[in-house]
This record gives sequence, C-alpha cells and structure tokens, in this order.
Amino acid sequence: MIPELGLFALVLTFCLAFIQSFAGLAGAYWRKPEWLALVRPMASGQFVFAALSFGLLTWSFIVNDFSVEYVALNSNTELPFFYRIAAVWAAHEGSLLLWILTLSAWTLGVAWANKDMPIVFRARILGVLGLINCGFMLFVMATSNPFIRLLPAALEGRDLNPLLQDPALVIHPPILYAGYVGLAVAFAFAVGALIEGKVTSNWARWLRPWTLLAWAFLTVGVALGSWWAYYELGWGGWWFWDPVENASFMPWLMATALIHSLAVTEKRGLFKSWTVLLAICGFSLSLLGTFLVRSGVLISVHAFASDPARGLFILIFLGLCIGIALGLYAWRAPAFGSGGGFKVLSRESFLLLNNLMLVVAAGLILIGTLYPLFIDALEMGKISVGPPYFNLVFLIPTLPMVLLLGVGMHSTWKRARWEMLWLRLRTPLSIAVPVALGISFAWGRPSVLTFVGVFAGVWVILSALSEVRQRQKMGRSFFALPRSVLGMLTAHIGLGLFVLGTTVTSVFSIEKDLALRAGDVVELAGYQIKLETLRNTEGPNFDAVEGVVTIRRDGEMVTTLYPQKRVYRVQTSPMTEAGIEAGWTRDLFVALGDDLGNGSWSLRIQFKPLVRFIWLGALVMAFGGLLSMSDPRYRKKRQAEAPAPELAEGTAP
Amino acid sequence: MKKRYQRGIRVALVLAGVGIAVALMLRAFDENILYFYTPRQVVAGEAPDGRRFRLGGLVTLGSIEREPGSLKVSFLVTDNQKTLTVEYEGVLPDLFRDGQGVIAHGAMNDKGVFVADEVLAKHDENYMPPEVAEALKEVHGENES
Repeated sequence: MIPELGLFALVLTFCLAFIQSFAGLAGAYWRKPEWLALVRPMASGQFVFAALSFGLLTWSFIVNDFSVEYVALNSNTELPFFYRIAAVWAAHEGSLLLWILTLSAWTLGVAWANKDMPIVFRARILGVLGLINCGFMLFVMATSNPFIRLLPAALEGRDLNPLLQDPALVIHPPILYAGYVGLAVAFAFAVGALIEGKVTSNWARWLRPWTLLAWAFLTVGVALGSWWAYYELGWGGWWFWDPVENASFMPWLMATALIHSLAVTEKRGLFKSWTVLLAICGFSLSLLGTFLVRSGVLISVHAFASDPARGLFILIFLGLCIGIALGLYAWRAPAFGSGGGFKVLSRESFLLLNNLMLVVAAGLILIGTLYPLFIDALEMGKISVGPPYFNLVFLIPTLPMVLLLGVGMHSTWKRARWEMLWLRLRTPLSIAVPVALGISFAWGRPSVLTFVGVFAGVWVILSALSEVRQRQKMGRSFFALPRSVLGMLTAHIGLGLFVLGTTVTSVFSIEKDLALRAGDVVELAGYQIKLETLRNTEGPNFDAVEGVVTIRRDGEMVTTLYPQKRVYRVQTSPMTEAGIEAGWTRDLFVALGDDLGNGSWSLRIQFKPLVRFIWLGALVMAFGGLLSMSDPRYRKKRQAEAPAPELAEGTAP
Repeated sequence: MKKRYQRGIRVALVLAGVGIAVALMLRAFDENILYFYTPRQVVAGEAPDGRRFRLGGLVTLGSIEREPGSLKVSFLVTDNQKTLTVEYEGVLPDLFRDGQGVIAHGAMNDKGVFVADEVLAKHDENYMPPEVAEALKEVHGENES
C-alpha cells in the first residue's frame, strides 16, 4: 500500500506542478489575476506532495520492503540503518525522485522569498520551474518508476553497491543536486526576462542570491565528490577528468561566470544578454550532465542503468529546453541594449576577462568530454581523451585568470588607474614572491610552473587581504564591510587555498607501489612506514583483511593506520579501504593491494603535501558565497531602476 | 578615433588568446587521444607502433602469473579469437580477476608483449567495458557465420 501511495503522491505533484506552470505562464500572458493567485499555493502543494512521495520511498527502505523492486535491488537486511536511508538516492530511480524534491524546494523558495518581485514576473518564473519539474516527473513515471512492485517479493535484497556505503555518499548527492537543480532557478529567471523582454538591475539583484546559493551547493557537492573519490576509490587521486566529473564541473564553471557577470549587470546595467545566455547555458550543461550520466553513454560508478529509452527521453527534454530558451534568446535578447561604456582598465574589463576564461575552460572541457562520444557515434573508432589534455586546456585559461584576479579585485568600476593599483598591490606582490619561493622549495626542487602556481595562490590570498586593509585605512572596521564584499574576499581566499593545494599536491606528491611482508619498513618523505602485521576482521556486512601499518618519523611514533581489503558478502565484490593520516601540511595514504603469495602483499603508499587545501579551499569558497548571499541588500525593497548606479562607489562588487 | 583604437586592441587581444589556446589545445588533443584495439586488431597489425593505446578483452582463465614477492604480473587478454600477453608492474584494481573484462593502457614492446602502465577493471562484477562487450559480440558473429 505504501509504495502505491508514494506513486499517487508523485502523480499529484505532477498535476500541481502542471497547474502551476499553466496558471503562471498563461495567467501572466492573459493577465488573469485569479490564475496568478493560484501559482504560489500550487508551488507549496507541489513541495508537500513531492516530500510525501520521497518520504514514502524512504519508508519502504527503512522497513526493508523487498516487494518493491528498487528497494530489493539496493538494500539488504544487513545494511546499517544510516545507509538504508542513503540507499534511497543510490541508484537511478530514487535519485531522480530526489532531483524532483530538490526542484520543488527551490520552487517553494522562489515562490515565497523575494517579496518585492512583481507578481507577473514571479508567476512566469514559477511557470518555467513548474514545466521543468513536470518534464522530470514524466520521465520518472514513464521510464524510471521507483515504486514498481516485485512479484513475488524478494526474500533478501541485493544490497547497496559497496562503493557507495560511505558517509560521504549520504551527503554528496543531495548537496550536488541542490546545486545542479538550483541552476534551474537562474534558467527560469533568464527565460522569464526573455519573455518580458527586459533585464533590469533589480532582476539581477533578485537572481544573485539564488545563484550564489546554487553555486555554493555545487562547490561543496563537487568537492565532496572529489574527496570521496580520494579516499574511497582507494588510490589517492582526487580528480580524474572522468566524464561524470566533468559533467558536474562544467556547470560549476558556468555558474562561477554567472555570479561574476550578474555583479556587472546589477551594478552597472551591462552584460545583460551575456548574463542571460550564461544562465541558460549553466542549466543546459547540468541537463547535459544528467543525460551523459543517465543514458548509459558513459560507464562509471554514477552511470546506473543503461536504458536507451531513458537516454532518448532526456535528450529530447534537453533539446526542448535548450532549443526553446535559445530561440527566445535570439528573438528577444537583441532588444536588451547595453548600458554605459567602460575603459580597458576597469573592473568591468577584468570581469569580462574572467567570464571569457571560464567559458573557454568549460568549452574546452566540453570538447574533450564529447569528442569521443561523437567519434564513437560516427563509428570512426573508439578513443578516449587522456587527463593531460584536460590539465593543459584547463590551465591555459585559468592560470592567467587567477593571476589577473588580484588586479581585478582592486580595480574600480568604469575606470581604474595604474598608479592606484600599484599603490594597493605592491605590498601583496612584495610578500607573495618570497613566500611563493619559500613554499616552492619546501618539498623539493620546483619548476617554473610550480612557482607560478604557488605564487598565483598566495597572490590571490594576499590581494584579498590587502582589500580588507585598505578599507581599514579608510577608517572602516573589518565588520563594517558589506557582507557581499566580505563574501567575495572570502571566496577568493578559498580559491587561493585551492590553487596552492592543487599545485603543491600535483608537483610534490610521492607515490610508491611496493611488495611488503609483515615486518618490512620503507622510507617515504622522511617517514618510516612499517607493515606490522596482517589480520582478518569483519564488519556488519563484509569480511576484510586488515593491515596494521605504523608510521614513525625519526623514531617517534606518528600514527597507526589500518588499511583494509574488504569483500562484501552479498555482492562479493572486493573493495579497498585506504588508511589515511590526514594533516594540515600533508596526508599519508596507505592502501592495501593484493596478496602476492609468499606472505607478501602489494601496498600503495603516498605522501601528499597540502592535499587538504584542495577541499578546504572549496569549503571556504562556498562559505564566501553564502556570506555574500546573506547581504541585507538582497532583501531590500525594490529600487528605482537606474542603468548605471553608484558610479563613485569604487570597490564594491 | 580613440574608441575604435581601444576596441581594436581588445579584439586583437581576444583573437590572439583564442589562437594560442586553440593551437595548444589541438596539440594536447592529438597527443592525448588513446585509441582502443582488441587483441585481434593488434595481431593483424592495426595498432600503431610505439604509440600508447588501450587494449581491451577478457583475462584468460588461469593466465595470471605473479613473480613471487614482487609487483610484476603477467596475464593473457583475449577476445576469444586472438590472445595477447600483457605485462604490468604495480597494484591491480579491486575487480581484476580471471575471466573479467579489462582495459589496459600501454604500448607494444618489440617482443610482441603489451606493456601496460595502467590496468582498469571497473566497479561492478557484472560490468563489461562497452568496447570489450562489442568486440566480443563481433567475434561471436564471425565465428558463427
């Protein structure tokens, strides 16, 4: 009964979302106040029933209802409670239900926040969001129903994929989805603006906090995925340029470009059509990601089931979304017009460069991701594009961008002056060079690229800090800074930490594959690593061989690690559970390989300096986004439209 | 006049940047494309000499040989028609075992042995790399006809 109720709730959600979109779009077109009044209650109802549907599926997992096929395939009576809940979104059908719930939540937010938004415009946005959600609900009902019964019921479930039995799995998908789906809000705003035929600075002011929130979620989601791959896939890499990773990273790059472009649109009334285009592309890329992941075109841990009907459905949906949005864009965007001009040396120019670089980076990654698929579809052979391609094409646009960031942050709107910039930036510059030299040499002999990378990281951090100092010199205290500025500076410091971590880890990591017997000692980066013994152990649903590895430095005990090789009982697949000693300046990573015979085992031992800065940087970035989003400015009453306000404000974002 | 001059600079900068990026990209692209071959294609001489490529197939049952106490391992990869010897030194992935579909990255040496620097076997016991599945299907069809 419960699963049927769940499906029924989903059908109701679909109906409410449909009414919402029809009432919103048609009501705005024919100016029917009574239709417009329906939109917000429908949005609330949509959320309530989506949550009910999701809750009922979760309930089926909690009570181990193996008469539901999806539960039988992804759970097991031995599976711990915590993972039974996470298993709801561990495979295709349930994760789509999560997607729908998330979109309903965003819709609810847009419906009830932004009190000063004109009712007609809000109705249009909610109409578009409703349509998108309808599309996804149709998809679930037609091809991926999680509530299908299994007759006769299974006695025992097939268990959750062991790779996914991990705390990070519990939070990675919901957070990533919140970001992915949040870009739908920007998309809806863009389509709404195209229907109305105008982009105003209020439009940008309303959209900015939503985009910042979605971007922050996306940042944390991608970082969690990377962190999870680092310790759970077992081999210590943190980014593989796997198509699925790219699918989440490209929307992130677009969202990053969008938040910068929105700043210009809000403050200066410029880049209007560009901002709208970015908003469309951001969500289109997240739909493309969904297509790549869900259609079976790609094979990875994320590509759950390959069913051509699913791929076709998403492809058609993707085509419709992009086609309609770009068609509207071609029709309406030329009317947006452009605001005042700006000099070559101005904040606008730097933000334009930032946008250009980010979009180029996303484009090059897109080419590398899609090219093998095209070649395959044309039956011209099977190829893959290796990580060195991505590393290079990512660095070409982003390294100059990071170097210019420091200057851009200190440039004023409309026109900046070299003398002024030099005055403000000479201190960060004179500190960054020696600090970068010091860090570069701390772990060994660096190359030019190492120095440039480390310098870029330190330079960004210091120029952000220098902005705070400038403000203090002008007699304002740290806490009197607008939150949007504080958030911007924080996010840039996060970026600096990330660049620093990435560079140092990439260049100075040491990795060794070794054959060791109990009692053997190896030396790695000044640490003495000893395989003390190997023993058998077991967990709730797996058996394992566990190594006991002690790590000493100059004879002093640092830590003991317990890397495991697990075999999960139901799916009988082996899994490597690495032992990691985490630290601010370095990680020590030990993973158990195979039994080589003669009592020796293969081990992979790694020394990874500053690897934590990668995820720390991402977290700081996301925190900056949230800080910026909380600026009271975004909750002010609607302002009179001024195309180029606050010309004299100088360094505000 | 001045405005046009400034715009000229901007356009030139953008064009130069794009040009350099495209040139570097094409080079990186060309260097990093790995083609996929099956043992049959390699034996037929279709695989390039001295260039890295991806070899895919099934690990022949009972063919995994380890040099005791070291990380050196050799095994046979087959598409059920032709078979190649693969040598590898390092830690093998979790799901590497007899009868599994694998993909190895590496190049042929002059003894006709494929020297791999990376071996992939993916995360699911039912999983078969799509290239391998297709290659096996082709062979199957030819054997019947």
